[in-house]
Amino acid sequence: MARAFTPKVITANALLEGDAVWFTADDRWTPLMSEAEFITDEAHADLRLLEAQARQSEIAGAYLADAKEGPNGPEPTHFREEFRTRGPSNYAHGKQVDNASRT
Amino acid sequence: MYVYNDFDEAFVRERVAQFRGQVERRIDGSLTEDEFKPLRLMNGLYLQLHAYMLRVAVPYGTLNPSQMRQLAYIADRWDKGYGHFTTRQNIQYNWPKLADVPDILEALADVGMHALQTSGNTIRNVTADHFAGASADEIEDPRPVAELLRQWSTDHPEFQFLPRKFKIAVSGSEHDRAVTRAHDIGVRMVRNAEGTPGYEIIVGGGLGRTPMVGKVLREFLPREELLAYCEAIVSVYNLLGRRDNKYKARIKITVHENGLETMQQLVEERFEAIRKGFTGFDQELLKSIEAAFAPPAYVSKSDEGYEAARLANPAFRAWSDTNLAAHKAPGYTVVSISVKKHGETPGDATSDQMRVMADIAEQYGHGELRISHEQNVILPHVHKADLPAVYAALREADLATANIGLVSDIIACPGMDYCALATARSIPIAQEIATRFDELKIEHDIGELKIKISGCINACGHHHVGHIGILGLDRAGVENYQITLGGDGTETTTIGTRAGPGFSADDIVPAIERLVTGYLDLRQDADETFLQAYRRLGMEPFKAILYPAEDKANAA
Repeated sequence: MARAFTPKVITANALLEGDAVWFTADDRWTPLMSEAEFITDEAHADLRLLEAQARQSEIAGAYLADAKEGPNGPEPTHFREEFRTRGPSNYAHGKQVDNASRT
Repeated sequence: MYVYNDFDEAFVRERVAQFRGQVERRIDGSLTEDEFKPLRLMNGLYLQLHAYMLRVAVPYGTLNPSQMRQLAYIADRWDKGYGHFTTRQNIQYNWPKLADVPDILEALADVGMHALQTSGNTIRNVTADHFAGASADEIEDPRPVAELLRQWSTDHPEFQFLPRKFKIAVSGSEHDRAVTRAHDIGVRMVRNAEGTPGYEIIVGGGLGRTPMVGKVLREFLPREELLAYCEAIVSVYNLLGRRDNKYKARIKITVHENGLETMQQLVEERFEAIRKGFTGFDQELLKSIEAAFAPPAYVSKSDEGYEAARLANPAFRAWSDTNLAAHKAPGYTVVSISVKKHGETPGDATSDQMRVMADIAEQYGHGELRISHEQNVILPHVHKADLPAVYAALREADLATANIGLVSDIIACPGMDYCALATARSIPIAQEIATRFDELKIEHDIGELKIKISGCINACGHHHVGHIGILGLDRAGVENYQITLGGDGTETTTIGTRAGPGFSADDIVPAIERLVTGYLDLRQDADETFLQAYRRLGMEPFKAILYPAEDKANAA
């Protein structure tokens, strides 16, 4: 039997900056995972991934990543995806400072 | 050192112009990522976890001061003010923006550098002993041969789509500082019974998921036959190497599956078929390259100031005890600059530090710098009389850490802090180990100890050849660190043995501390290194230290 579908978000790297971005329900790429579309249906996930991958002039390497519902929106379930929301641990570079300056 | 001729210059400029066009077409949408990816990889541009990464080749690890200053300029203008020196003697920028990369490549071309063949299934940057041209135990400077191999392998029409990447290392000394036995081809200078210098050719070494110690394909190859022989090896591999499975595609697997004898036979056959095509032009070229690597104009002066400074300043004495190596010229020494200050990221240098190192090399080091595969920077030619001034300048730039070859001189790959392939982080583990042993103030008592950390099975951090190797894995969604012991990357290359179950990110640093302090109790005397003690005693006593009985009861 196929494995049960677990909730997902669509994520990629932005074409120009290369930073992690997530696909929103209203077809934007956001640097905040919490704004991503939370996808609970497998067929919908496949369809949305096709739509995301078609946006070649905005991103590279779109894929489905596991996510869970948090108080402010989708959250990562795996440490790799968590690091992508934050940046490296050895310097205050990447999203941990870029996103802080956005809010 | 070698300076680009008109051909090199025109070739690199043309490649920059081509890539500029490719980037424009990617940005305007006329190239998809699938189409663009092989093109960017040919120019050393990766897409990592948080950003693009540009890997710049430092051929055989040799840089002049103006190149080092340009690397600093690039770091300031287009990156975040630092660069990361790698285990293949290259430098990586972790934050370039796609549209800026052609300008970065142009700036590299301005100083005779590029990022070609730092990725992809091609012959990669040729590495060499970082003490080349300086070390007291050297037969010959390996860099002219490395440069010849670089010119031969760059854009070689037959070898642009090999089954897998291909790495060559050259060593010119008895002591192997270039890890030649862990390369696809290792070239070791040796002398035959008559005392004539030539090469021992090693093939099929490699780390990664199937670590293998390279095997001797030819015990003695006359110097003038090197290029034809290497071409024969790569050509046999190009046909025989597997393309059906990425994990079985490296030449180490080709050698393993077909056997060394078959490889020898095929290579010798191919060599006979092609050697006539090498009519001697390569040897003429080599002569002109050798002229470019002529030794510097050594000076002779008193080193009394050095001895006086050693007596007067204990910190200088500790640094000169650990960070210097024997030089072939009287009065001279090789200085290793540690880019491993306790708690900092192994191999990272700020743009200011790069400029300081360039200035010191210019003022006191005959204008030469090297990047070591151990992620440090080398000043190969420093007169002992100048050491107090060199030390003072390094100290000012926070570059005077006295830890070369010690427990905190850790090799670490970028790991999951940057790398898209990584399964766990390496940098924080290296930072914590170095910080902890600095607190304990025992690293000079411990003596020589090489810890090497990789954040995935691909082993960029050379963990298999660390006296203590650490491999970061993803175990059911949690970072987990496996320890291997007894690895060695020198002329007595050995793949380390796994000690047992892995440790969590919280437990790995205490485990390493237990292991190292346990070794202090096990060693015969202060001269017996960790590796020697391991070789004498075997795994068991170290395993007992790592996995005490009470913990065993709680495991499972």
